[in-house]
Amino acid sequence: MIPNPPPVLPDATFVLVLVLLALAPLAIAGVAIINTGLGRSRSAAQSLLGSLAIVAVTAIVFALVGSAFAGTTGGTSHVFHLAGKPWNWLGAGPIFLTGLRSAPAQSQPQSQLALLFEFLAVALAALIPWGSGADRLRLTAGCAVAAILAAFVFPLLAHWVWAGGWLSQLGFNFSLGSGFLDPAGAATIHVLGGLSALAVVWITGPRKGKFPQGGFATAMPGHNAVYILFGSFVALAGWLAFNLAGAILWLHAPLTALPVTAINTLLSASGALAATFTVTRFRFGKPDASLCANGWLAGLVSSSAAAAVVSPLQALIVGIVAGVLTPLLIEVLELAVAIDDPSGAITVHAAGGLWGLIAAGVFAPQSGQLPGQLLAQLVGIAALLGLILPLLYLLFWLLNRLIPFRVDPDGERIGMDLHELGGGAYPEFVIHRDDSYR
Amino acid sequence: MKLAGLLVMPAGFFLAIAALVLFPGSNAAARASFVLCGLAVEGLGLAVAVRGHMEARGESRP
Repeated sequence: MIPNPPPVLPDATFVLVLVLLALAPLAIAGVAIINTGLGRSRSAAQSLLGSLAIVAVTAIVFALVGSAFAGTTGGTSHVFHLAGKPWNWLGAGPIFLTGLRSAPAQSQPQSQLALLFEFLAVALAALIPWGSGADRLRLTAGCAVAAILAAFVFPLLAHWVWAGGWLSQLGFNFSLGSGFLDPAGAATIHVLGGLSALAVVWITGPRKGKFPQGGFATAMPGHNAVYILFGSFVALAGWLAFNLAGAILWLHAPLTALPVTAINTLLSASGALAATFTVTRFRFGKPDASLCANGWLAGLVSSSAAAAVVSPLQALIVGIVAGVLTPLLIEVLELAVAIDDPSGAITVHAAGGLWGLIAAGVFAPQSGQLPGQLLAQLVGIAALLGLILPLLYLLFWLLNRLIPFRVDPDGERIGMDLHELGGGAYPEFVIHRDDSYR
Repeated sequence: MKLAGLLVMPAGFFLAIAALVLFPGSNAAARASFVLCGLAVEGLGLAVAVRGHMEARGESRP
């Protein structure tokens, strides 16, 4: 089967998507600031420099090889046939974006915008494990993880979901609704990033002193609540841009549908914040600032899948569920499962994204047989958990043999700023001794 | 143990894919059951991997 070519965008829509994609880096900036605030003061400069380096590495690697594997809708791709159905599993575009400059813009306007969307999406996805490895993941290892994601894993998933791959064709080939729905990257960005975070945390191990023998987990709160909360505001602007641009590019939504998508994004985040605020208020006696920020972010993450396909009331429900789950799951992962995830990325991005994908299947307008859309979403989730997570763990495990992820104990003791950069983020402040290192 | 759990997870994925290949669209209940079984297998694999992580962490605590 030859995938349908993308529809030609009117000039005004082309410009609108371009402007939206110019605002989308605010989501990257927001996540980077939140990650920095949730880490320790002695690793703050390394955290932000690492974020910048990861954006640069992903851009270069994705341009070199990743974009070829991601491919474009209607472009060349690798297809095998099973049970009489085509399974389009990998793009086969030109490496290093060959021909992009010489191609007339009129012939492939949507493909160029889609490419720009993917450049930004892979940068955001690669930032997520960087936050989880805070305070012990080396800069070179963070960049290497980003390179692996940008070179192969993200392009694979992006092709399946956005470029006419087998997940997007589930509706056409197997009568499963409209195929796998992921207009703004709940799967390709957030679940991928969250599962990468899980693999990185498993391989790197917890921060020293986090889980002392015979005792409860040591609380290691973020060093700057202002960064965390301000980053949440910044992220909202970026998420609005991603959700609106994704709705136009991947769902071919008309311009008149965009205000509702934007409202749904805001409602989902607001519902999540209200729910997390309430849960932490009852759980701890006072609302917890960093958990509330994580709840807000989880609402945004779940909106990435659902905002363009649900009603405002449903978006609110999606956000409330994400907001209730977030603080509870963060607590379970830390206290019961002994996973040290300083940024809460596994919960916020992986669990929030998975919930958003399920919600899109439940609430999206159904076409074809009744559980079709939900089944399409579940098949996509099965691919993420059953194929992508083991693949990520294997790749990172091998990478850890070449480039050790974890900093040496002395580096962890003095902080990543002094160890890796030779200077702190706050040189005029006295950094207090940490009791957990006694 | 963690590796064993992670190796089980692809089996769940292939079970979900088998649902699409084996059952036509008209047999929606069987198809949905197979997909759910695939997800359950993945969940079991993840639980084993998490359990393996917890045991390894318990042994290496300072």
